[in-house]
Amino acid sequence: MIQSIEDLEEIANKKKCTEQSCKDELRICIGSSCAALGSTDMQKSLAKTVKEKELQKKCKVKGVGCNGLCSAAIMVSSYDKAHDKEVIYGGIETTDEERLLNLIESDTELSDKLLDTNTPFFTQQKKIVLENAGIIDPNDIDDYITHNGYRALFMAIEELSPSEVIEEVKISGLRGRGGGGFPTGLKWETVLKVESSQKYIVCNGDEGDPGAFMDRAVMEADPHRVIEGMAIAGFACGASKGFIYVRAEYPIAVEKLDKAIKQARKKGILGNRIANSNFDFDIEIRLGGGAFVCGEATSLVASIEGNRGNPRQKPPHLSDYGLWGEPTILNNVETFANIAPIIRNGGAWYKAIGTEKSSGTKVFALTGHIKNTGLVEVPMGITLRDLIEKIGGGVPDGGKLKAIQTGGPSGGCIPEEMLDIPVDYDSLKEVGSIMGSGGLIVMDESSNMVEVARFFMDFSKSESCGKCVPCRVGTTELTELLDKFIKKEAKQSDFDLLKEMCVVVKDASLCGLGQTAPNPVLSTIKYFEQEYLEGIKND
Amino acid sequence: MTLQTDDRYKMVEKTMKKLGYDRSALIETLHTAQETFGYLENETLKFIARRLKLPFSKVYGVATFYHFFRLKPKGKHTAVVCMGTACYIKGASAILESLETRFGIKAGETTEDALISVLTARCVGSCSLAPVAIYDNKSVGKLTLEVAQKTIEELIK
Repeated sequence: MIQSIEDLEEIANKKKCTEQSCKDELRICIGSSCAALGSTDMQKSLAKTVKEKELQKKCKVKGVGCNGLCSAAIMVSSYDKAHDKEVIYGGIETTDEERLLNLIESDTELSDKLLDTNTPFFTQQKKIVLENAGIIDPNDIDDYITHNGYRALFMAIEELSPSEVIEEVKISGLRGRGGGGFPTGLKWETVLKVESSQKYIVCNGDEGDPGAFMDRAVMEADPHRVIEGMAIAGFACGASKGFIYVRAEYPIAVEKLDKAIKQARKKGILGNRIANSNFDFDIEIRLGGGAFVCGEATSLVASIEGNRGNPRQKPPHLSDYGLWGEPTILNNVETFANIAPIIRNGGAWYKAIGTEKSSGTKVFALTGHIKNTGLVEVPMGITLRDLIEKIGGGVPDGGKLKAIQTGGPSGGCIPEEMLDIPVDYDSLKEVGSIMGSGGLIVMDESSNMVEVARFFMDFSKSESCGKCVPCRVGTTELTELLDKFIKKEAKQSDFDLLKEMCVVVKDASLCGLGQTAPNPVLSTIKYFEQEYLEGIKND
Repeated sequence: MTLQTDDRYKMVEKTMKKLGYDRSALIETLHTAQETFGYLENETLKFIARRLKLPFSKVYGVATFYHFFRLKPKGKHTAVVCMGTACYIKGASAILESLETRFGIKAGETTEDALISVLTARCVGSCSLAPVAIYDNKSVGKLTLEVAQKTIEELIK
């Protein structure tokens, strides 16, 4: 049982000692992209061989979460403890197991697989949320504790009052990472001020944007960080119960979280009288059912209650009337993942990173026509151009960049000419897109923008819950109108109707899904009108 | 076999018991039921409705609302084509079309001989390997039309 910061330190130190006896670590990425290429089996098999050959004292073979550069899957890194030096290899195949064994046994480098870590992909990132990803074993709570884990929770309980915790979060300027960008500290303060015997903390892990996998990576690579963030929120607002709502399509994330919760309970980090105080907190997992609308706050709450995920009118907001009618804090995975470092290092430290109105870092999932696909974490305020051309390595095979898309079905397309804008909530909104949860899709000249808009509209159509007419009928009509443009059978009047209907759906829909569904169409009309005009038949 | 003696119902019962037979246990129970039975048939839904004291219409309504729940059995094999944005712009729809043509069924359907189900996923989160398809729980990334066709023939061989 862990009851104080000293107990945490004891584990951390003990762990360090046993690890010093094994000289090196071999970290094999078992994130989703690497796992798809067989890394999980390779890690298990290699660990077994190492054990059989009694080499485990020399090297520990660890399965770690996503390392970021998914285009170089399978990623493996060897870590030299004495010199604190990490060597990263990419493009490893399962057939290389023998060579990895040689690396452990006789330090034979896999020189052809060596990745250059002096490239912008590695040097220009700033890792806070992902600081442990690719380094710690997500199955091992002690490994998390060794890397400063649960320190912030115990600091909060032992040294701070709930309102002091909230003050730090407010100073940090952290804004909701699910896309909306609402100030997290304010949200928490509202719930703290509401009087109620029961309050809830809910974590939204129902990452629904097609093309986004940031939250999945965090949950798979560093599940304890999410738990710690939620527990701190519970302490700050006086809530004793938390729920993590995760997509059922993410079985590995569910497994890692489940294991992490059990380990935390066993150590007394979750449960009654945490750190010998009067603070009780426990977390349960609820599986989502693959409904995009459940990313909307009131729908998500309805789903946890066992109902169809239909949204309702707001207000009342969740802070007054949330889960089972009680005051509820709902934050996204990445938001919770930022909490522990903020409490550990102070709100001012966080505030100094990023821009004035958008502090901290943001994790992006880079995909599409880009060289370095994968997961990156950058300070807010970096320009989109640096993000795509430097860190992302630009469009491969000599292709020319046409546009990027952020925010998924609720966001918009940004043309190449505008890539010099900084990445922050307000700048992205100004150009007709949104920050979104972090999916960033790069498109080259071969992409047809009307088809891209139709793809997203079709998605919104099938995900519309059907409760309100503007969204249910509007998204269907918009999809059909867009079809006409793709078949080049549209009339001028269709173009006018398309624009008008976008405004109606945006203004009249009940929840965020409908209100943002026209964004991909509106932004492509704004920047790529010519492609719509080409779809109009002249007669 | 009666409901009481079928061990699979015990699994479903266990989930409901763990959550205190509360109505909020419905979605978790449906997940367990689908995992145990492979799909949700009417009998199973009625059983859950009875045990949680919910109207059948409510259980049916929830089961049909979420894409994850299947009300029909899957084929012997499955091919799930990811239709997430990254896969889409890298040509996933052509791969899906070729499957639909090959088996004469639409996405979401199963062939009459129950050999294969062709399904789509909103996003499997392996965007860096786009386009991706999952054949019987094994993901294959960076697909070309050729590889996709070869893989499927090997799968059903």
